[in-house]
Amino acid sequence: MTNPLANLPVLRRLDPAVLTAFGCIVLLLLFGAMRNPNFLSPDYLLLQLQVGSFLAMVATGMMLVILLGQIDLSVPWIITVGGMMSTAAVGWGPWGATFAIPIGVLCGLVFGLVNGIGVAYLRVPSMIFTLGINAVAQGFMVLRTGGFAPQDMATESMHDLATGRLLLGIPNPVWVWIAVGVATVFLLRRTVFGRAIYAIGNRETAAYLSGIRTQRVVLAVFAISGALAAFAGALLAGYSTKAYQGMGDPYLLPSIAAVVLGGTSILGGRGTYLGTVAGVILITLLQSILSVEQIPEAYRQLIFGAVIVAMLLLYGRGAKVTA
Amino acid sequence: MTDHALPARHGGDWRYWFGDQRGTLLALAVFIAMFVIYTSNHPAGFSADVVTTAANKGVLLALVAMAQTFVVLTAGIDLSVGFIFILCNCLASHIVLGSAMQTTFGVLGVLAAGLACGALNGAIVIYGRLQPIVATIATGAAFYGIALLLREQPGGDVNEELADFLTNQFPGGIPASAVALLVVVLVIWIPFRKSMLGRVVYAVGSSEPAAYMSGLNIRRAKFIAYALGGLMASIGGLFITFVTYTGEASLTNANTYTLNSIAAVVLGGVSLFGGRGSAVGAIFGALIFRTIGDLLFVFDLDPLWQPLFLGVVLLISVCLGSFRLIRIRNRLDLFG
Repeated sequence: MTNPLANLPVLRRLDPAVLTAFGCIVLLLLFGAMRNPNFLSPDYLLLQLQVGSFLAMVATGMMLVILLGQIDLSVPWIITVGGMMSTAAVGWGPWGATFAIPIGVLCGLVFGLVNGIGVAYLRVPSMIFTLGINAVAQGFMVLRTGGFAPQDMATESMHDLATGRLLLGIPNPVWVWIAVGVATVFLLRRTVFGRAIYAIGNRETAAYLSGIRTQRVVLAVFAISGALAAFAGALLAGYSTKAYQGMGDPYLLPSIAAVVLGGTSILGGRGTYLGTVAGVILITLLQSILSVEQIPEAYRQLIFGAVIVAMLLLYGRGAKVTA
Repeated sequence: MTDHALPARHGGDWRYWFGDQRGTLLALAVFIAMFVIYTSNHPAGFSADVVTTAANKGVLLALVAMAQTFVVLTAGIDLSVGFIFILCNCLASHIVLGSAMQTTFGVLGVLAAGLACGALNGAIVIYGRLQPIVATIATGAAFYGIALLLREQPGGDVNEELADFLTNQFPGGIPASAVALLVVVLVIWIPFRKSMLGRVVYAVGSSEPAAYMSGLNIRRAKFIAYALGGLMASIGGLFITFVTYTGEASLTNANTYTLNSIAAVVLGGVSLFGGRGSAVGAIFGALIFRTIGDLLFVFDLDPLWQPLFLGVVLLISVCLGSFRLIRIRNRLDLFG
């Protein structure tokens, strides 16, 4: 199939899936603007990016894992671990308050490392192992909070990081997203580690025979995913000023959807970070429009599901089995 | 040479049958051991009431796990299975009511709804050629929306005679729910497993290109597997209505049942890579999963420890398969 835009040099390098995703974003923006003129105001759009940046942290880790051909279902409770442990650190004195976010991220990193050990070294399918880690993380948090949500308040600096506008009037989380995004693109395109991720996603045996220490790469990617999920949790705790049980639940399915809508193959080995950015914006805008329109929750879910299927049918179809 | 393609069930080949059913038999053994520990430590002992309560709880997850098995056998995954389950729960709380005739049609309606949901999944995955993980995430959201439409607030009712009949005991203290589950296995699973269709599903799960090259109708088989998965989830939805007498569009329930069904399937020896395992194994996997939680109760552990304990047991049990790594002589076999 030839891409009609292939003649334009700038566009030729872009994946048709990514282009379609951006096209859908433009359509959503137009639709939103028709319903409500405030929709295209910079303030509103920046707010969307701010809200989207939490999903983006999770989706970045999820994308790296999906590029390997694996999946990370432990995201919901690792987010909660990140939120709860970083707010808990505040209670450990001034030292804890200063390092609140690193402590939360470190806890997520540890869970991510265990994920990596299970998938890379014990060879347990990631779908079930990360599910187990999710249950274990939940168990620890339930035990720690005693079954109810204590007033785990975020520090002032966490709140500032999640809601403030330090530079150029752009919300801080968006800057964080830009930093993480640039780092991810560099990692994926300019480092041996990044190329190894794609190689393993295509075929681990071949990658191994090419001299890549595949198990270490898988371990590291799961650790990164855990750390990013926990970081998202710390940001979320700052945003809503406290951490609570179940705060990560609404992020698992949207993060997978965002990665896949961005053209990354769920089978691994193929996908660009730009696509994930498009996927995150797409999901965030869709959720925002559905809530602005004050559609009842039931129809919102229906439309959300239908739109994802429709968009995937547009460009996310697999190859036909022929032999 | 001629038999080696045939499933070895004829005389003397018990070794192959045993190898094939190893996961199921292991799950059965673990379940029996756990259940004996459970009942012998239960304050009321091994009584019909204890068994019936355990069966009623266990059958719910067992049905959803069976639903998941049909799809997992094709090397797919159904993340909407819990949502079909609660959608059918909400629907049942509306239409499984009234006279015997009305109730019968109500039950048929719920089963048809589940079948339709499964068929929609199948159509999107097979004819739309989308990956099952993402496709069922999206349809799950849509099913949840419909469930909310049906039951914005928990409520509704169900034909109590039927509900009580299926959740109480038959004479002799046999739990009715366990008998119902047995009937489901005999009417749906066994015929499926013995039929040409079942064979094709196992073949597709083992290797889709090979099944295609053998001239099998892989699309039809996969489609029917997804549809049957939806049907099984609807039976589960009917059953939870019989147990609770209400319909509730609970997001928590939907997510928990979806995730637990995957755990149950794995504990029951069904391979997530497809083509290996049986729904009977998945039933025992589900019963094991449920008994773990109950064990904590009889040992008087602080309920706060329950989620952590469940998680650790789940993690350890999925790691048990890693013992096969010790026997690997060629590192390339690691990557399978």
